[in-house]
Amino acid sequence: MGNSQSISIGFVGSGGAGALTAGNLLLEAASAAGWQGLLTRTVGPQIRGGEAAALLRLASHPVECMPEQFDVLIGIDWLNAHRFGAEIKIGHDSLLIGDPRGGAVPPHIAEAGAREVQIPMKDMAKAIPDGRANMIALGIACRLVRLERETCLALLEKRLSDKGEAAIKASQAGLIAGYDAAQDLDLSLRLAAPKRATRKWLVSGNDATALGAIRGGIRFAAAYPITPATEILEWLAPNLPKVGGVLLQAEDELAAINMIIGASYGGTPSLTATSGPGLSLMIESLGLATAAEIPIVVVDVMRGGPSTGIPTKSEQADLNIAVYGCHGDAPHLVVAPQSIGDCLFTTQWAVYLAEALQTPAIVLSDQFIGQARAAIEKPADVAFIGQRSRATDISAAGAYKRYAIAGSGVSPMVVPGTSGGQYTADGLTHTERGIPTSGASDHQAQLDKRRDKLVRFAYGDHWATLEGSGDLAVVTWGSLTGAVREAIGRAAQDGVEVSLIAPRLLFPAQPERFAAAIAGKSRLLVVEQSHGAQFYRYLRAHYDLPGRVDVLNRPGPMPIGVSEIHRAIMERRA
Amino acid sequence: MSTAHERLACKPADYKSDIKPIWCPGCGDYHVLMSFTRAFAELGLPPEQIVVVSGIGCSSRIPAYTNCYGFHGVHGRSLALAAGLKVTRPDLTVVVASGDGDGYSIGGNHFLHACRRNVDMTYVVMDNRIYGMTKGQPSPTTEPEFDTALSPGGTGLRPFHPLVVALASGANFVARCFSGEPNETAAVLAEAIRHPGFSFVEILSPCVTFRPDERDWKSQVHQAPVGATSDPAKAARRIMTDDGFNIGILYRGDRRPYQPAVVQRHVELSELEKEFEL
Repeated sequence: MGNSQSISIGFVGSGGAGALTAGNLLLEAASAAGWQGLLTRTVGPQIRGGEAAALLRLASHPVECMPEQFDVLIGIDWLNAHRFGAEIKIGHDSLLIGDPRGGAVPPHIAEAGAREVQIPMKDMAKAIPDGRANMIALGIACRLVRLERETCLALLEKRLSDKGEAAIKASQAGLIAGYDAAQDLDLSLRLAAPKRATRKWLVSGNDATALGAIRGGIRFAAAYPITPATEILEWLAPNLPKVGGVLLQAEDELAAINMIIGASYGGTPSLTATSGPGLSLMIESLGLATAAEIPIVVVDVMRGGPSTGIPTKSEQADLNIAVYGCHGDAPHLVVAPQSIGDCLFTTQWAVYLAEALQTPAIVLSDQFIGQARAAIEKPADVAFIGQRSRATDISAAGAYKRYAIAGSGVSPMVVPGTSGGQYTADGLTHTERGIPTSGASDHQAQLDKRRDKLVRFAYGDHWATLEGSGDLAVVTWGSLTGAVREAIGRAAQDGVEVSLIAPRLLFPAQPERFAAAIAGKSRLLVVEQSHGAQFYRYLRAHYDLPGRVDVLNRPGPMPIGVSEIHRAIMERRA
Repeated sequence: MSTAHERLACKPADYKSDIKPIWCPGCGDYHVLMSFTRAFAELGLPPEQIVVVSGIGCSSRIPAYTNCYGFHGVHGRSLALAAGLKVTRPDLTVVVASGDGDGYSIGGNHFLHACRRNVDMTYVVMDNRIYGMTKGQPSPTTEPEFDTALSPGGTGLRPFHPLVVALASGANFVARCFSGEPNETAAVLAEAIRHPGFSFVEILSPCVTFRPDERDWKSQVHQAPVGATSDPAKAARRIMTDDGFNIGILYRGDRRPYQPAVVQRHVELSELEKEFEL
């Protein structure tokens, strides 16, 4: 029995069988024991019923991507599991646990030829008053990953405290029964012990995004529900008022973005969250905020597109619309978080940048990091708080120029209520005072101003993640960064040095910094989750790339896995 | 914040900017601008406490012609922008200016929801029953037989009835005015601004360029024979059955305005993170 880098385990069941609850509890128990982990849930399009799976990966180090195949798969039942198709893979060495009354293992899982063990979870649950099979499954899993039984029982007591003594007892009895039933099961993997006790967080990317927004200073949000971004808005709804903020539900996304433009014009840092279809609707007004220089933050939790696409699954195909979507020349900020924890930092940074530069910032998160839950180290507090350059003391009426051409391109912004500062914010081409004009010189001057303020700003080292060295660099972005990092680590074990370049700031492009990052590289491998290789084309458009550039790209929903990336690296090693 | 004494000193001219309007000579919107400034003076509001928000079209040019704060946004979305502003800055007086194309066509959905939401603001639609800025296309209030290049022989469509739609959707104050009577219009606007919640004022404002026939509105409008009702059913019946030229305040409701409490911070940010800690 050797120590393993990580253990992956999945719970499968029909809707209502409790697979997701079991997964959540296992993640929490494992993190209480000091491990880190990642939990994704996959469900069918049905709101109730259908199929559900909770997929976990646990390790003693940060976990930022899912494995390509699972070490253990527990079928509370297999009734609808065939609908997952190739999404859940197991290997020859995997362990399959099923219930003799839970139906047949679906062919795509059975064909791996894995060892299969039957445990009568349903019957065992029946023997316990109010017992449930998913608690038996949880007990089995806890034993397999060698969690202390007492840790798990204590967690149940804590989590079910509002459900009453009977519910706690029933769940604990189920967990014990499962734990005991797995006593003799031999899993040839064992997780390395966690290095040290640290403060852990259990958080989803969407919740981290919402917290980052408030930390950065957001005090108004407009909300129109859309999968997979709604959780951001639902987290903000009760929490914004606690810090003096307001959330307003909008009638559509057109209203949502205009509400935040109005609130920000009034001086309140403002945000909305949406997904691709909503971003499409917001684009015209995003141009307004660019032209009228109103800071706003728009989070796009990307899902499969185009059109309605695949609402519940991830893709990185909104890069083009985020960067180029506006009509006219409308430069604005586009940033992308690289992990669940980074959703907090990047959103907070986006608020800071938008406020500093008086322009919209789009945060490109995605369904994978948005809806996955992770046990992570508590993220560091960072000092980025949105601060707008304000005009507060206006000496003479009529003297204030809202769009004054100043050195940095950022002109002090007055808020309504300030005497003598009256101006009309306008989407029409305007003069320095904000008066509409169709003159060539004002048009040129204001376009220059809005471009230059973005270009001249010092973004600091946060613009990208740069790691490692080597002749070959893998260039990626967003939620794929974790998988690429792991693949590079695997290549290092094979003695191959590869570097990682993952821009967090996608727009404005940083040509000098990028040139420095790729200095001395003779080849690049671009990795992205988009059918049209949007990121590759973006790189081609904005940067000088070295001689040989290859692309590993694929649309969602099948994530690009570590082995694939590792293989692509090894094929291209110098 | 100005003192009461200073407020008394504000005259209508103090609410006008030095920007020359782009409107055609004889346009009804000049009179609407006059009514705005008279209403603001009557209310004694400091210009910097007022924000005039608009969309796109001839009428939507009005913010920059006032000496108030203004926002000239995109086509049809002014009500949403104004709602975001007002709920976060309840101290400001928010007036939204629109036209029949901007407000009833592209912005139609926001009109319904603004009435329903009942945020304390005043919505003024200058209705000339035509798209003027794009040179004469039919709007939702254009008569079915009105001939245009885009609708040869007329649209054949029944005009939209904004006042009834506003009532049905929950507007808290409904009035109809005629731009050619700026004193009366100013008085109604002042009442609309004073009235809590969402106030809707439809101002018949002739387009002399593409609808010269609307010059006749002057002789067609007449004061509503009875005062405002607080019974929406009664108001709806009156509005549905009048000749469309009944001028005055037609409905005053008593719904409570929507204003989420903006409280001072009472929780430390670190408190919010507690739910993520193990």
